[in-house]
Amino acid sequence: MENNKTEKETDRRKFLKLGLLSSVSVVAGTSLVSNLASVDEKLQSEKIRLLTPEGKIVEVDATNINKYPEAHITPTESRKGIPNRKFVMVIDLAKCNNARSCVESCQKAHQLDYHDEFMKILLIQNNEEDAPYWFPKPCFHCDEPPCVTVCPTGATFKRDDNIVLVDNNRCIGCKFCITSCPYSARIFNWGHKAKFDNKDIPYSPETGIPGTEGTVMKCDFCPDLLRQGELPHCAKACPMGVIYFGDKNEDIVTNGIETLRFSKLIKDRVGYRHLEHLGTKPNVYYLPAVNRDFPLERGLDKDEEILERYKNVPFIEEFIKSSKI
Amino acid sequence: MTTREEIIKKLAPKEFNKLGVIWVSLLCIVSLAGIIAYIDQIIRGLEVTNLRDYAIWGVYISNFVFFVATSFVGAFTASILRLSQKKWRTPLVRIAEMVAVSAIAMAGVAIILDMGRPDRIHYLFIYPRLQSPIAWDIIIITIYLAFSIMLLYIPNIPDFAILKKHHQDKPFLSKVYGFLAINWSGSANQIKIHQKTIKVIAVTMIPLALILQSVDAWLFSTTYRIGWDSTNLGPYFIAGAFVAGTGALITAVYMVRKFNNLEEFITEKHFDKLGRLLVFACLVYLYFNMNEYLVPAFKSTQGEVEHLMALFFGDYSLMFWFSVGGGLILPSILLMFRKMRKPFPMFIIAILVVVTSWWKRYIIVSPALLHPFMPIQGVPEEWNHYFPSLHEWLITGGTLALSMLIITIFVRFIPVVPIQRTIDEMGITETENDKN
Repeated sequence: MENNKTEKETDRRKFLKLGLLSSVSVVAGTSLVSNLASVDEKLQSEKIRLLTPEGKIVEVDATNINKYPEAHITPTESRKGIPNRKFVMVIDLAKCNNARSCVESCQKAHQLDYHDEFMKILLIQNNEEDAPYWFPKPCFHCDEPPCVTVCPTGATFKRDDNIVLVDNNRCIGCKFCITSCPYSARIFNWGHKAKFDNKDIPYSPETGIPGTEGTVMKCDFCPDLLRQGELPHCAKACPMGVIYFGDKNEDIVTNGIETLRFSKLIKDRVGYRHLEHLGTKPNVYYLPAVNRDFPLERGLDKDEEILERYKNVPFIEEFIKSSKI
Repeated sequence: MTTREEIIKKLAPKEFNKLGVIWVSLLCIVSLAGIIAYIDQIIRGLEVTNLRDYAIWGVYISNFVFFVATSFVGAFTASILRLSQKKWRTPLVRIAEMVAVSAIAMAGVAIILDMGRPDRIHYLFIYPRLQSPIAWDIIIITIYLAFSIMLLYIPNIPDFAILKKHHQDKPFLSKVYGFLAINWSGSANQIKIHQKTIKVIAVTMIPLALILQSVDAWLFSTTYRIGWDSTNLGPYFIAGAFVAGTGALITAVYMVRKFNNLEEFITEKHFDKLGRLLVFACLVYLYFNMNEYLVPAFKSTQGEVEHLMALFFGDYSLMFWFSVGGGLILPSILLMFRKMRKPFPMFIIAILVVVTSWWKRYIIVSPALLHPFMPIQGVPEEWNHYFPSLHEWLITGGTLALSMLIITIFVRFIPVVPIQRTIDEMGITETENDKN
């Protein structure tokens, strides 16, 4: 009984804290994404410069903004989503040179094994004449997510802020969501792993750790970082600024180097969504791989394993042949 | 003329002979191996299977689809043949229902085998989401199982009453039969209610069976996967179930007839009829196969080509041609000859049909998963292919053995040929003879 009581009290306290903080965020206006680019600056100075949706630069007291709690977000809380946000990602294929920093930092943050990749870099060659290009592929966090439709227990769900998450406490491991995802974004924990036993951090669907045997996992857009006003791990890690992340409501995306207006970027660069005809309405947009910053071969300048990965792509077949002869 | 007592004696379930004991022990051993393998799978997780992130569903799911398909035979013989007033069905209905009950019960088991977290199965009811085809599947399987059991049990009530009397030397068995007979006296009123009940259940079974097969198909066709994404899949599954179920029925009828010496009741005429039925089923299914494979092949979209090449000439070609050629084309040709519709050749053909039906489900489920829209890159080579592991084979073998064990137990305790109905039908011919 006593235990229950204290638990309830902490819950209420947490709730109050959240309420307070979200009202702070209202005061701070649309700061979340705008100051994503100035994360480091925040630590140094008391004042912070922000870009408003109107394009004005304003200075705000650093203590006032972006103090989304690092607090633990329970599975129930994680179903709601961050208020007034519509997260969106733009991937500039012209800049990608297969540095794999996004993959590695994501794997590290989500405690994934070598072959478990939430972010995958594919090499796409549409036809034999066509130039192949690097294609970083996270979960597309669709507006019409087939995975959510087929889930029999609601273990995977769509939030108001566009994010599709998996609650591995709820997942029964039927794997129907994996078969229904046309983008192969989901992976399965086939067996038990020692890291699952690490209960130091309480489980939250927002971080996906610790994982659980016999359940599904996937790219989560790192809502734990978003709550703290930071970019997802992949976007932060990319040395080329390939991955832009932002908020559709604010119409702003940033790769940590430059902040752009989302709608204008998509229009100017003829952004597209992959397999649009399926009607899943992804929230990940691609900018076509034209006028590229790097030759494709730059991405092959790695260990043997990279060539092994893409050996079925016609271009690589040729490449291997020509380099060996 | 044979007397009532003689018929009862002939049709009452018999104790296992030596062969029967060997058969049951064999099934028990295989089932036990499957159970042990499954316990190991629970301890170590689905890691023990050869399923990986691309080949997500494998032999467990195809085995499940096979069981669901086979259960169709119950509704078919008991209901459709009933509505078409085919008298020859009488000695076959009971066996068909036994096959159906065991198949649908094992289908329910088979789907659990594939779950990553079988310990959370109750979440389906705690957090239900009706829009998921899995929810539909669970609902329809439960209803179909309930109706199949009723259709096996209720027509048996008069026979249970007969068996109660017949086994008076064995008080326990007699008591159990008495309990199952729920005070059946055979009064006019009871017969009226009894007939009406059976009719209602039998008629309800038809839409239930069609829904069951369709929902099973929709588990696949509601996804975007090439090879599953087809509006043809519902009727295709129904036709396939017709084949699998008829094949299973013929196999079961042959074995039961042989071991229980029922040649007098299940005659060559019955095999002839079943043979014709199987040809019809194979031809219908062949037609849907043409729709399923040749129409996409005609268009040859990029993804379809990859999928169909794997089936026609690639990794799966052996199973594909075995199931289409050996399981559909060959039986339909052979069974057109009267000589082939004799019991023994039919038995061999039916086994072929059942085995190929099983493989057919395998090539419906597995290959489609290995050709996703996004290319498979950067994963270990073996993730590009799928063939079941030892655990998967043992567990699957266990489910098949268990289903046959269920049928065997039914045959041991329930009269395979309805006693009362046989007496009634014979009685009718007797009186007609008397008139003449």
